Amino acid sequence: MNRPGPLPTVLTYLWLAVAAVVLLFPVLLTVLGGFLPSNALLHQPPQLLDGHWTLENYRAAWRQPVVPLAPAFVNSLFVGVSIMLAHLVTSCLAAYALVFLRSPLRRPIFWLFLATIMVPYESIVVPNALFVRSLGINDNRLSLVLPFLASGFGVFMLRQAFRQFPRELREAAVIDGCGHLRFLLTILLPATRPALIGIAVWSFLQGWNMYFWPLIISSSNNSLNTLQTAVFALKDNEGGSPAVLLAGITITLLPTLLLVVFGQRWLVRGFTAGAVK
Amino acid sequence: MTAPTLTATGAPAGHVDRPPEGARRTARPARAREALLGLLFTLPGLAGLGVFVVFPLFQAVYLSTRGNDILGNPTRSVGLRHFHELLTPAFGTVLWQTLVFTVLVVVPGVLLPLSLAAPMTQRLPGMRIFRTAFALPFAYSVSAASVVWLIMLNPGVSPVNWVLGLLGLPAPNWTTEPGWAMATVVGVTVWMVSGFNLLVLAAGLAGVDEEVLEAARIDGATGPRQFVSIVLPLISPSLFFAVVTTTLTALQALGQVQIMTDGGPNGHTRTLVYSIFDNAFHNNNSNFGLASAQGLVLLVVGVLIAVVQFGVLERRVHYR
Repeated sequence: MNRPGPLPTVLTYLWLAVAAVVLLFPVLLTVLGGFLPSNALLHQPPQLLDGHWTLENYRAAWRQPVVPLAPAFVNSLFVGVSIMLAHLVTSCLAAYALVFLRSPLRRPIFWLFLATIMVPYESIVVPNALFVRSLGINDNRLSLVLPFLASGFGVFMLRQAFRQFPRELREAAVIDGCGHLRFLLTILLPATRPALIGIAVWSFLQGWNMYFWPLIISSSNNSLNTLQTAVFALKDNEGGSPAVLLAGITITLLPTLLLVVFGQRWLVRGFTAGAVK
Repeated sequence: MTAPTLTATGAPAGHVDRPPEGARRTARPARAREALLGLLFTLPGLAGLGVFVVFPLFQAVYLSTRGNDILGNPTRSVGLRHFHELLTPAFGTVLWQTLVFTVLVVVPGVLLPLSLAAPMTQRLPGMRIFRTAFALPFAYSVSAASVVWLIMLNPGVSPVNWVLGLLGLPAPNWTTEPGWAMATVVGVTVWMVSGFNLLVLAAGLAGVDEEVLEAARIDGATGPRQFVSIVLPLISPSLFFAVVTTTLTALQALGQVQIMTDGGPNGHTRTLVYSIFDNAFHNNNSNFGLASAQGLVLLVVGVLIAVVQFGVLERRVHYR
Protein backbone atom coordinates (compact mmCIF):
# COMPACT_ATOMS: atom_id res chain seq x y z
CA MET A 1 0.00 0.00 0.00
CA ASN A 2 2.71 2.37 1.04
CA ARG A 3 5.15 1.44 -1.71
CA PRO A 4 6.96 4.56 -2.92
CA GLY A 5 8.04 5.24 -6.47
CA PRO A 6 11.68 5.29 -7.55
CA LEU A 7 12.32 8.99 -6.93
CA PRO A 8 10.91 9.05 -3.38
CA THR A 9 12.87 5.86 -2.70
CA VAL A 10 16.14 7.45 -3.75
CA LEU A 11 15.39 10.63 -1.80
CA THR A 12 14.48 8.62 1.29
CA TYR A 13 17.72 6.65 1.25
CA LEU A 14 19.70 9.79 0.48
CA TRP A 15 18.23 11.71 3.42
CA LEU A 16 18.55 8.80 5.84
CA ALA A 17 22.12 8.11 4.73
CA VAL A 18 23.19 11.74 5.14
CA ALA A 19 21.52 11.92 8.55
CA ALA A 20 23.14 8.63 9.56
CA VAL A 21 26.62 9.88 8.67
CA VAL A 22 26.12 13.07 10.66
CA LEU A 23 24.31 11.60 13.68
CA LEU A 24 26.23 8.36 13.95
CA PHE A 25 29.75 9.60 13.37
CA PRO A 26 30.15 10.32 17.11
CA VAL A 27 29.06 6.75 17.86
CA LEU A 28 31.52 5.38 15.32
CA LEU A 29 34.23 7.62 16.73
CA THR A 30 33.50 6.40 20.26
CA VAL A 31 33.58 2.73 19.46
CA LEU A 32 36.43 2.71 16.92
CA GLY A 33 38.47 5.55 18.44
CA GLY A 34 39.24 3.53 21.55
CA PHE A 35 40.99 0.93 19.41
CA LEU A 36 43.10 3.40 17.44
CA PRO A 37 46.69 4.41 18.04
CA SER A 38 46.79 8.07 19.12
CA ASN A 39 48.43 9.29 15.94
CA ALA A 40 45.58 7.91 13.83
CA LEU A 41 42.99 9.51 16.08
CA LEU A 42 44.77 12.84 16.46
CA HIS A 43 44.39 13.61 12.81
CA GLN A 44 41.84 15.82 11.12
CA PRO A 45 39.63 14.01 10.24
CA PRO A 46 40.45 11.01 12.47
CA GLN A 47 41.60 7.97 10.51
CA LEU A 48 38.98 5.57 11.82
CA LEU A 49 39.95 2.74 9.49
CA ASP A 50 43.64 2.99 10.11
CA GLY A 51 44.08 -0.77 10.35
CA HIS A 52 46.51 -0.67 13.28
CA TRP A 53 44.06 -1.76 15.94
CA THR A 54 45.30 -1.76 19.51
CA LEU A 55 43.99 -2.56 22.97
CA GLU A 56 46.52 -0.23 24.54
CA ASN A 57 43.94 2.52 25.20
CA TYR A 58 41.70 0.11 27.07
CA ARG A 59 44.61 -1.03 29.19
CA ALA A 60 45.56 2.57 29.87
CA ALA A 61 41.97 3.57 30.69
CA TRP A 62 41.51 0.62 33.02
CA ARG A 63 44.83 1.08 34.80
CA GLN A 64 45.10 4.87 35.12
CA PRO A 65 45.32 5.84 38.79
CA VAL A 66 43.31 9.09 38.58
CA VAL A 67 39.85 7.52 38.77
CA PRO A 68 40.06 3.75 38.96
CA LEU A 69 37.42 2.39 36.61
CA ALA A 70 36.92 -1.01 38.24
CA PRO A 71 35.29 0.37 41.43
CA ALA A 72 33.44 2.95 39.33
CA PHE A 73 32.05 0.11 37.24
CA VAL A 74 30.90 -1.70 40.39
CA ASN A 75 29.30 1.51 41.67
CA SER A 76 27.49 2.11 38.39
CA LEU A 77 26.23 -1.44 38.35
CA PHE A 78 25.08 -1.10 41.94
CA VAL A 79 23.27 2.15 41.14
CA GLY A 80 21.60 0.79 37.99
CA VAL A 81 20.53 -2.53 39.47
CA SER A 82 19.39 -1.30 42.86
CA ILE A 83 17.35 1.54 41.39
CA MET A 84 15.82 -0.87 38.91
CA LEU A 85 14.87 -3.41 41.58
CA ALA A 86 13.62 -0.77 44.00
CA HIS A 87 11.48 0.89 41.33
CA LEU A 88 9.99 -2.46 40.39
CA VAL A 89 9.11 -3.41 43.96
CA THR A 90 7.79 -0.05 45.12
CA SER A 91 5.92 0.64 41.87
CA CYS A 92 4.34 -2.82 41.64
CA LEU A 93 3.02 -2.70 45.20
CA ALA A 94 1.75 0.86 44.92
CA ALA A 95 0.19 0.39 41.49
CA TYR A 96 -1.52 -2.79 42.68
CA ALA A 97 -3.01 -0.97 45.64
CA LEU A 98 -4.13 1.92 43.44
CA VAL A 99 -5.88 -0.35 40.97
CA PHE A 100 -7.20 -3.29 42.98
CA LEU A 101 -7.48 -2.29 46.63
CA ARG A 102 -10.34 -0.04 47.60
CA SER A 103 -9.58 2.52 50.25
CA PRO A 104 -10.80 6.04 50.93
CA LEU A 105 -7.24 7.35 50.51
CA ARG A 106 -6.73 5.84 47.08
CA ARG A 107 -7.41 9.00 45.07
CA PRO A 108 -5.35 11.42 47.18
CA ILE A 109 -2.47 8.94 47.21
CA PHE A 110 -2.61 8.61 43.44
CA TRP A 111 -2.53 12.37 43.03
CA LEU A 112 0.39 12.57 45.43
CA PHE A 113 2.35 10.09 43.32
CA LEU A 114 1.44 12.03 40.20
CA ALA A 115 2.44 15.34 41.78
CA THR A 116 5.94 14.08 42.57
CA ILE A 117 6.55 13.60 38.84
CA MET A 118 6.14 17.35 38.48
CA VAL A 119 8.99 18.17 40.86
CA PRO A 120 12.22 18.75 38.93
CA TYR A 121 14.91 16.90 40.81
CA GLU A 122 17.26 19.88 40.73
CA SER A 123 14.88 21.98 42.83
CA ILE A 124 15.30 19.64 45.78
CA VAL A 125 18.86 18.51 45.23
CA VAL A 126 20.26 20.90 47.85
CA PRO A 127 18.14 19.71 50.80
CA ASN A 128 18.69 16.11 49.71
CA ALA A 129 22.45 16.57 49.57
CA LEU A 130 22.47 18.13 53.04
CA PHE A 131 20.23 15.37 54.37
CA VAL A 132 22.26 12.49 52.94
CA ARG A 133 25.48 14.10 54.18
CA SER A 134 23.96 14.38 57.64
CA LEU A 135 23.22 10.65 57.69
CA GLY A 136 26.92 9.91 58.01
CA ILE A 137 26.96 7.32 55.24
CA ASN A 138 29.42 9.21 53.07
CA ASP A 139 31.47 6.08 52.47
CA ASN A 140 28.50 3.94 51.63
CA ARG A 141 27.23 3.24 48.12
CA LEU A 142 23.72 3.61 49.50
CA SER A 143 24.18 7.38 49.44
CA LEU A 144 24.34 7.13 45.63
CA VAL A 145 20.83 5.69 45.35
CA LEU A 146 18.91 6.59 48.49
CA PRO A 147 16.84 9.45 47.02
CA PHE A 148 15.87 7.44 43.94
CA LEU A 149 14.38 4.24 45.28
CA ALA A 150 10.78 5.19 44.55
CA SER A 151 9.42 6.69 41.37
CA GLY A 152 6.11 8.38 40.79
CA PHE A 153 6.56 7.77 37.08
CA GLY A 154 7.02 4.03 37.64
CA VAL A 155 3.86 3.88 39.76
CA PHE A 156 1.97 5.77 37.08
CA MET A 157 3.15 3.54 34.23
CA LEU A 158 2.41 0.31 36.06
CA ARG A 159 -0.99 1.58 37.12
CA GLN A 160 -1.79 2.05 33.45
CA ALA A 161 -0.65 -1.49 32.71
CA PHE A 162 -2.53 -3.04 35.65
CA ARG A 163 -5.75 -1.27 34.71
CA GLN A 164 -5.80 -3.13 31.43
CA PHE A 165 -5.94 -6.45 33.25
CA PRO A 166 -9.50 -7.82 32.98
CA ARG A 167 -11.29 -7.27 36.26
CA GLU A 168 -13.38 -10.42 35.86
CA LEU A 169 -10.22 -12.54 35.93
CA ARG A 170 -9.12 -10.93 39.12
CA GLU A 171 -12.53 -11.42 40.74
CA ALA A 172 -12.55 -15.03 39.67
CA ALA A 173 -9.15 -15.48 41.29
CA VAL A 174 -10.37 -13.90 44.52
CA ILE A 175 -13.43 -16.12 44.59
CA ASP A 176 -11.09 -19.08 44.21
CA GLY A 177 -9.43 -17.95 47.41
CA CYS A 178 -6.36 -16.40 45.84
CA GLY A 179 -4.89 -13.78 48.19
CA HIS A 180 -3.69 -10.38 47.02
CA LEU A 181 0.01 -11.07 47.19
CA ARG A 182 -0.34 -14.43 45.44
CA PHE A 183 -2.54 -12.92 42.76
CA LEU A 184 -0.01 -10.13 42.22
CA LEU A 185 2.98 -12.45 42.01
CA THR A 186 1.59 -15.43 40.14
CA ILE A 187 -1.04 -13.94 37.83
CA LEU A 188 -0.77 -10.19 37.43
CA LEU A 189 2.99 -9.76 37.09
CA PRO A 190 3.43 -12.49 34.46
CA ALA A 191 0.49 -11.02 32.54
CA THR A 192 1.98 -7.52 32.49
CA ARG A 193 5.55 -8.58 31.78
CA PRO A 194 6.11 -6.18 28.82
CA ALA A 195 5.33 -3.18 31.00
CA LEU A 196 7.55 -4.52 33.79
CA ILE A 197 10.47 -5.06 31.45
CA GLY A 198 9.89 -1.58 30.04
CA ILE A 199 10.09 -0.05 33.53
CA ALA A 200 13.13 -2.18 34.34
CA VAL A 201 15.04 -1.10 31.22
CA TRP A 202 14.08 2.53 31.75
CA SER A 203 15.05 2.51 35.45
CA PHE A 204 18.37 0.82 34.81
CA LEU A 205 19.22 3.34 32.10
CA GLN A 206 18.23 6.18 34.43
CA GLY A 207 20.42 4.88 37.22
CA TRP A 208 23.39 3.90 35.10
CA ASN A 209 23.42 7.23 33.25
CA MET A 210 22.75 9.44 36.27
CA TYR A 211 25.24 12.29 36.52
CA PHE A 212 24.31 15.24 38.77
CA TRP A 213 23.77 13.33 42.00
CA PRO A 214 26.86 11.07 41.78
CA LEU A 215 28.86 14.20 40.93
CA ILE A 216 27.82 15.72 44.26
CA ILE A 217 28.32 12.54 46.25
CA SER A 218 31.69 11.66 44.73
CA SER A 219 33.02 15.20 45.16
CA SER A 220 33.50 14.46 48.85
CA ASN A 221 34.49 10.83 48.38
CA ASN A 222 36.53 9.61 45.47
CA SER A 223 35.65 5.97 45.99
CA LEU A 224 32.02 6.72 45.13
CA ASN A 225 32.71 7.75 41.55
CA THR A 226 30.44 6.09 39.05
CA LEU A 227 31.52 5.55 35.47
CA GLN A 228 29.73 8.74 34.47
CA THR A 229 31.57 10.95 36.94
CA ALA A 230 34.78 9.04 36.18
CA VAL A 231 34.48 10.02 32.51
CA PHE A 232 34.32 13.67 33.53
CA ALA A 233 37.23 13.32 35.96
CA LEU A 234 39.28 11.57 33.28
CA LYS A 235 38.58 14.35 30.81
CA ASP A 236 39.67 16.96 33.32
CA ASN A 237 42.91 15.12 33.92
CA GLU A 238 45.58 16.62 31.66
CA GLY A 239 47.08 13.25 30.81
CA GLY A 240 43.84 11.88 29.41
CA SER A 241 44.42 11.36 25.70
CA PRO A 242 41.32 11.31 23.48
CA ALA A 243 41.93 7.66 22.57
CA VAL A 244 42.05 6.64 26.24
CA LEU A 245 38.96 8.73 26.97
CA LEU A 246 37.08 7.04 24.13
CA ALA A 247 38.11 3.62 25.41
CA GLY A 248 36.79 4.57 28.86
CA ILE A 249 33.55 5.88 27.39
CA THR A 250 33.05 2.69 25.41
CA ILE A 251 33.26 0.77 28.68
CA THR A 252 30.55 2.99 30.20
CA LEU A 253 28.42 2.50 27.08
CA LEU A 254 28.57 -1.30 26.93
CA PRO A 255 25.37 -2.13 28.83
CA THR A 256 23.39 0.85 27.58
CA LEU A 257 24.20 0.29 23.92
CA LEU A 258 23.13 -3.34 24.29
CA LEU A 259 19.91 -2.26 26.01
CA VAL A 260 19.10 0.29 23.33
CA VAL A 261 19.71 -2.22 20.56
CA PHE A 262 18.03 -5.24 22.12
CA GLY A 263 15.72 -3.67 24.70
CA GLN A 264 14.18 -0.91 22.60
CA ARG A 265 11.03 -2.79 21.75
CA TRP A 266 10.33 -3.26 25.48
CA LEU A 267 11.01 0.40 26.14
CA VAL A 268 8.76 1.51 23.33
CA ARG A 269 6.02 -0.93 24.20
CA GLY A 270 6.13 0.02 27.87
CA PHE A 271 5.98 3.72 27.11
CA THR A 272 3.47 3.64 24.32
CA ALA A 273 1.12 1.40 26.27
CA GLY A 274 1.17 3.65 29.28
CA ALA A 275 1.69 7.21 28.26
CA VAL A 276 0.69 7.62 24.67
CA LYS A 277 -2.43 5.66 23.95
CA MET B 1 -7.40 1.11 24.66
CA THR B 2 -7.94 3.13 27.75
CA ALA B 3 -8.03 6.83 27.65
CA PRO B 4 -5.36 9.47 27.87
CA THR B 5 -3.23 9.29 30.73
CA LEU B 6 -0.42 11.61 31.50
CA THR B 7 -2.98 13.84 33.19
CA ALA B 8 -5.21 11.00 34.22
CA THR B 9 -8.04 13.46 33.86
CA GLY B 10 -9.11 12.00 30.57
CA ALA B 11 -9.40 8.53 32.05
CA PRO B 12 -12.92 7.42 32.76
CA ALA B 13 -12.99 8.48 36.35
CA GLY B 14 -15.63 6.04 37.46
CA HIS B 15 -13.67 3.09 36.21
CA VAL B 16 -11.14 3.00 39.02
CA ASP B 17 -13.45 3.53 41.90
CA ARG B 18 -16.26 1.36 40.71
CA PRO B 19 -16.46 -1.47 43.18
CA PRO B 20 -16.76 -4.92 41.68
CA GLU B 21 -20.17 -6.56 41.73
CA GLY B 22 -21.00 -7.91 45.11
CA ALA B 23 -18.54 -5.66 46.89
CA ARG B 24 -21.34 -3.85 48.63
CA ARG B 25 -22.23 -7.07 50.34
CA THR B 26 -18.70 -7.41 51.70
CA ALA B 27 -18.55 -7.21 55.45
CA ARG B 28 -17.09 -4.17 57.10
CA PRO B 29 -13.96 -5.80 58.58
CA ALA B 30 -12.99 -7.16 55.17
CA ARG B 31 -13.31 -3.70 53.70
CA ALA B 32 -11.18 -2.21 56.47
CA ARG B 33 -8.63 -4.93 55.91
CA GLU B 34 -8.51 -4.11 52.22
CA ALA B 35 -8.04 -0.41 52.91
CA LEU B 36 -5.27 -1.18 55.37
CA LEU B 37 -3.57 -3.49 52.90
CA GLY B 38 -3.85 -0.79 50.25
CA LEU B 39 -2.10 1.66 52.53
CA LEU B 40 0.54 -0.92 53.37
CA PHE B 41 1.26 -1.57 49.70
CA THR B 42 1.65 2.11 48.89
CA LEU B 43 3.80 2.71 51.96
CA PRO B 44 7.26 1.88 50.50
CA GLY B 45 6.67 4.19 47.55
CA LEU B 46 5.14 6.90 49.70
CA ALA B 47 7.99 6.69 52.20
CA GLY B 48 10.66 7.00 49.49
CA LEU B 49 8.96 9.90 47.77
CA GLY B 50 7.88 11.50 51.03
CA VAL B 51 11.37 11.57 52.51
CA PHE B 52 13.22 12.48 49.32
CA VAL B 53 10.76 14.56 47.30
CA VAL B 54 7.95 16.01 49.41
CA PHE B 55 9.83 16.77 52.62
CA PRO B 56 12.81 18.34 50.78
CA LEU B 57 10.38 20.75 49.11
CA PHE B 58 9.50 22.19 52.49
CA GLN B 59 13.13 22.12 53.49
CA ALA B 60 14.02 24.03 50.33
CA VAL B 61 11.56 26.74 51.34
CA TYR B 62 13.15 26.87 54.80
CA LEU B 63 16.70 26.91 53.46
CA SER B 64 15.87 29.65 50.98
CA THR B 65 15.26 32.04 53.87
CA ARG B 66 18.44 31.17 55.73
CA GLY B 67 22.00 32.33 55.47
CA ASN B 68 24.75 29.80 55.90
CA ASP B 69 28.16 29.53 57.49
CA ILE B 70 31.30 28.66 55.63
CA LEU B 71 30.49 24.94 55.72
CA GLY B 72 27.04 25.52 54.34
CA ASN B 73 25.15 24.87 57.55
CA PRO B 74 22.02 27.00 57.69
CA THR B 75 22.21 29.91 60.11
CA ARG B 76 19.95 32.81 61.00
CA SER B 77 17.01 33.90 58.92
CA VAL B 78 17.77 36.36 56.17
CA GLY B 79 14.15 36.83 55.18
CA LEU B 80 13.68 37.21 51.47
CA ARG B 81 17.20 38.37 50.76
CA HIS B 82 17.95 35.43 48.46
CA PHE B 83 14.85 36.16 46.47
CA HIS B 84 15.85 39.81 46.21
CA GLU B 85 19.13 38.62 44.77
CA LEU B 86 17.12 36.97 42.03
CA LEU B 87 15.58 40.28 40.97
CA THR B 88 18.74 41.31 39.17
CA PRO B 89 19.50 41.60 35.45
CA ALA B 90 22.09 38.83 35.88
CA PHE B 91 19.46 36.34 37.00
CA GLY B 92 17.12 37.62 34.32
CA THR B 93 19.79 36.67 31.81
CA VAL B 94 20.01 33.20 33.38
CA LEU B 95 16.24 32.74 33.02
CA TRP B 96 16.30 34.03 29.47
CA GLN B 97 19.16 31.69 28.53
CA THR B 98 17.29 28.79 30.12
CA LEU B 99 14.27 29.60 28.00
CA VAL B 100 16.34 29.99 24.82
CA PHE B 101 18.15 26.73 25.51
CA THR B 102 14.88 24.87 26.14
CA VAL B 103 13.14 26.15 23.01
CA LEU B 104 16.20 25.57 20.83
CA VAL B 105 16.43 22.00 22.11
CA VAL B 106 12.75 21.06 22.00
CA VAL B 107 11.90 22.26 18.50
CA PRO B 108 14.70 20.55 16.54
CA GLY B 109 14.87 17.78 19.15
CA VAL B 110 11.38 16.69 18.09
CA LEU B 111 11.37 17.77 14.43
CA LEU B 112 14.65 16.09 13.50
CA PRO B 113 13.59 12.61 14.69
CA LEU B 114 10.18 13.20 13.10
CA SER B 115 11.86 13.94 9.78
CA LEU B 116 13.74 10.65 10.12
CA ALA B 117 10.87 8.53 11.42
CA ALA B 118 8.36 9.70 8.80
CA PRO B 119 10.19 8.45 5.67
CA MET B 120 11.05 5.27 7.59
CA THR B 121 7.38 4.22 7.53
CA GLN B 122 7.70 3.40 3.83
CA ARG B 123 7.95 -0.27 2.93
CA LEU B 124 11.60 -0.29 2.01
CA PRO B 125 14.37 -2.67 3.00
CA GLY B 126 16.73 -1.56 5.77
CA MET B 127 14.33 0.69 7.66
CA ARG B 128 14.60 -1.32 10.88
CA ILE B 129 18.36 -1.04 10.79
CA PHE B 130 18.08 2.73 10.38
CA ARG B 131 15.69 2.89 13.32
CA THR B 132 18.02 0.98 15.62
CA ALA B 133 21.00 3.02 14.45
CA PHE B 134 19.28 6.37 14.97
CA ALA B 135 18.26 5.30 18.48
CA LEU B 136 21.88 4.78 19.56
CA PRO B 137 22.50 8.30 20.98
CA PHE B 138 19.91 7.39 23.62
CA ALA B 139 22.50 5.07 25.15
CA TYR B 140 24.83 7.97 25.99
CA SER B 141 24.92 9.48 29.43
CA VAL B 142 25.28 13.22 29.48
CA SER B 143 28.95 12.97 30.45
CA ALA B 144 29.74 10.42 27.74
CA ALA B 145 27.97 12.53 25.10
CA SER B 146 29.63 15.75 26.25
CA VAL B 147 33.13 14.31 26.26
CA VAL B 148 32.69 12.58 22.89
CA TRP B 149 31.44 15.81 21.38
CA LEU B 150 34.33 17.74 22.92
CA ILE B 151 36.59 15.34 21.02
CA MET B 152 34.41 15.74 17.90
CA LEU B 153 35.00 19.51 18.12
CA ASN B 154 38.62 19.39 19.28
CA PRO B 155 40.57 21.26 16.54
CA GLY B 156 43.19 18.52 16.36
CA VAL B 157 40.62 15.83 15.57
CA SER B 158 37.44 17.56 14.53
CA PRO B 159 35.74 15.94 11.55
CA VAL B 160 33.26 18.83 11.81
CA ASN B 161 36.01 21.40 11.29
CA TRP B 162 37.38 19.24 8.48
CA VAL B 163 34.06 19.38 6.62
CA LEU B 164 33.85 23.14 7.20
CA GLY B 165 37.37 23.43 5.80
CA LEU B 166 36.35 21.51 2.68
CA LEU B 167 33.55 24.03 2.22
CA GLY B 168 35.99 26.86 2.70
CA LEU B 169 34.40 27.97 5.95
CA PRO B 170 36.33 28.98 9.07
CA ALA B 171 35.82 26.77 12.12
CA PRO B 172 34.63 28.62 15.21
CA ASN B 173 35.90 28.01 18.71
CA TRP B 174 32.86 25.92 19.50
CA THR B 175 32.83 26.11 23.28
CA THR B 176 34.68 29.35 23.97
CA GLU B 177 33.16 31.87 21.57
CA PRO B 178 30.21 33.70 23.13
CA GLY B 179 28.09 33.35 19.99
CA TRP B 180 28.82 29.65 19.53
CA ALA B 181 28.94 28.14 23.01
CA MET B 182 25.16 28.06 23.45
CA ALA B 183 24.67 26.65 19.94
CA THR B 184 27.18 23.91 20.70
CA VAL B 185 25.55 22.87 23.98
CA VAL B 186 22.14 22.98 22.29
CA GLY B 187 23.40 20.84 19.40
CA VAL B 188 24.78 18.15 21.69
CA THR B 189 21.52 18.05 23.63
CA VAL B 190 19.46 17.77 20.44
CA TRP B 191 21.71 14.89 19.41
CA MET B 192 21.17 13.20 22.78
CA VAL B 193 17.37 13.49 22.80
CA SER B 194 16.97 12.55 19.13
CA GLY B 195 17.49 8.84 19.87
CA PHE B 196 14.67 8.43 22.37
CA ASN B 197 12.31 10.71 20.44
CA LEU B 198 12.93 8.71 17.30
CA LEU B 199 11.78 5.56 19.09
CA VAL B 200 8.69 7.27 20.45
CA LEU B 201 7.70 8.83 17.13
CA ALA B 202 8.46 5.71 15.10
CA ALA B 203 6.20 3.73 17.42
CA GLY B 204 3.48 6.35 17.00
CA LEU B 205 3.80 6.26 13.22
CA ALA B 206 3.73 2.46 13.18
CA GLY B 207 0.36 2.62 14.93
CA VAL B 208 -1.24 4.70 12.17
CA ASP B 209 -3.95 2.67 10.52
CA GLU B 210 -3.19 2.00 6.86
CA GLU B 211 -6.90 1.95 6.06
CA VAL B 212 -7.28 5.51 7.26
CA LEU B 213 -4.44 6.58 4.99
CA GLU B 214 -5.97 4.68 2.08
CA ALA B 215 -9.32 6.37 2.68
CA ALA B 216 -7.58 9.74 2.75
CA ARG B 217 -5.80 8.90 -0.50
CA ILE B 218 -9.10 8.09 -2.19
CA ASP B 219 -10.39 11.45 -0.98
CA GLY B 220 -7.41 13.09 -2.62
CA ALA B 221 -5.13 13.70 0.36
CA THR B 222 -1.65 12.53 -0.57
CA GLY B 223 1.96 13.41 0.13
CA PRO B 224 2.68 16.37 2.40
CA ARG B 225 -1.00 17.26 2.70
CA GLN B 226 -1.82 13.77 3.93
CA PHE B 227 1.07 13.94 6.38
CA VAL B 228 0.04 17.28 7.87
CA SER B 229 -3.70 16.83 8.03
CA ILE B 230 -4.02 13.08 8.64
CA VAL B 231 -0.80 11.59 10.00
CA LEU B 232 0.24 14.37 12.39
CA PRO B 233 -3.12 14.45 14.22
CA LEU B 234 -3.05 10.66 14.42
CA ILE B 235 0.38 10.63 16.06
CA SER B 236 -0.30 13.71 18.21
CA PRO B 237 -0.15 11.66 21.45
CA SER B 238 3.40 10.56 20.60
CA LEU B 239 4.34 14.08 19.54
CA PHE B 240 2.95 15.48 22.77
CA PHE B 241 4.81 12.89 24.83
CA ALA B 242 8.06 13.73 22.99
CA VAL B 243 7.55 17.47 23.51
CA VAL B 244 6.82 17.10 27.24
CA THR B 245 9.74 14.77 28.00
CA THR B 246 12.17 16.80 25.88
CA THR B 247 11.12 20.01 27.62
CA LEU B 248 11.84 18.44 30.99
CA THR B 249 15.19 17.08 29.79
CA ALA B 250 16.19 20.51 28.47
CA LEU B 251 14.98 22.37 31.53
CA GLN B 252 16.97 20.04 33.79
CA ALA B 253 20.13 19.86 31.67
CA LEU B 254 23.30 20.21 33.67
CA GLY B 255 26.10 17.91 32.52
CA GLN B 256 26.50 19.21 28.99
CA VAL B 257 26.84 22.79 30.28
CA GLN B 258 29.10 21.90 33.20
CA ILE B 259 31.39 19.66 31.15
CA MET B 260 31.52 21.50 27.83
CA THR B 261 31.48 25.17 28.79
CA ASP B 262 31.21 25.33 32.58
CA GLY B 263 28.61 28.04 32.14
CA GLY B 264 31.01 30.12 30.06
CA PRO B 265 32.29 31.91 28.20
CA ASN B 266 31.51 34.75 30.55
CA GLY B 267 28.19 33.23 31.65
CA HIS B 268 26.80 32.84 28.13
CA THR B 269 25.65 29.26 28.73
CA ARG B 270 24.56 29.73 32.34
CA THR B 271 21.14 28.15 32.78
CA LEU B 272 18.95 27.89 35.87
CA VAL B 273 20.06 24.37 36.78
CA TYR B 274 23.71 25.21 36.14
CA SER B 275 23.25 28.19 38.41
CA ILE B 276 21.85 25.98 41.19
CA PHE B 277 24.79 23.62 40.80
CA ASP B 278 27.24 26.51 40.72
CA ASN B 279 25.93 28.23 43.83
CA ALA B 280 25.58 25.07 45.88
CA PHE B 281 28.30 22.66 44.86
CA HIS B 282 30.81 24.18 42.45
CA ASN B 283 34.23 24.99 43.97
CA ASN B 284 32.72 24.41 47.41
CA ASN B 285 30.65 27.57 47.02
CA SER B 286 28.12 26.14 49.48
CA ASN B 287 25.65 28.98 48.99
CA PHE B 288 22.76 26.66 49.78
CA GLY B 289 20.26 29.39 50.59
CA LEU B 290 20.53 31.07 47.22
CA ALA B 291 20.62 27.71 45.43
CA SER B 292 17.44 26.66 47.25
CA ALA B 293 15.71 29.86 46.23
CA GLN B 294 16.69 29.20 42.62
CA GLY B 295 15.47 25.64 43.01
CA LEU B 296 12.05 26.99 43.95
CA VAL B 297 12.12 29.20 40.87
CA LEU B 298 12.88 26.09 38.82
CA LEU B 299 9.92 24.32 40.41
CA VAL B 300 7.61 27.22 39.52
CA VAL B 301 8.96 27.41 35.98
CA GLY B 302 8.51 23.66 35.56
CA VAL B 303 4.95 23.71 36.87
CA LEU B 304 4.07 26.72 34.70
CA ILE B 305 5.39 25.01 31.60
CA ALA B 306 3.50 21.84 32.48
CA VAL B 307 0.29 23.79 33.03
CA VAL B 308 0.67 25.44 29.64
CA GLN B 309 1.55 22.18 27.91
CA PHE B 310 -1.23 20.17 29.46
CA GLY B 311 -3.75 22.99 29.46
CA VAL B 312 -3.18 24.34 25.97
CA LEU B 313 -1.27 21.80 23.95
CA GLU B 314 -2.98 18.65 25.15
CA ARG B 315 -6.38 19.96 24.10
CA ARG B 316 -5.20 19.52 20.55
CA VAL B 317 -4.02 15.98 21.09
CA HIS B 318 -6.29 13.30 19.68
CA TYR B 319 -6.23 10.20 21.80
CA ARG B 320 -7.78 7.10 20.40
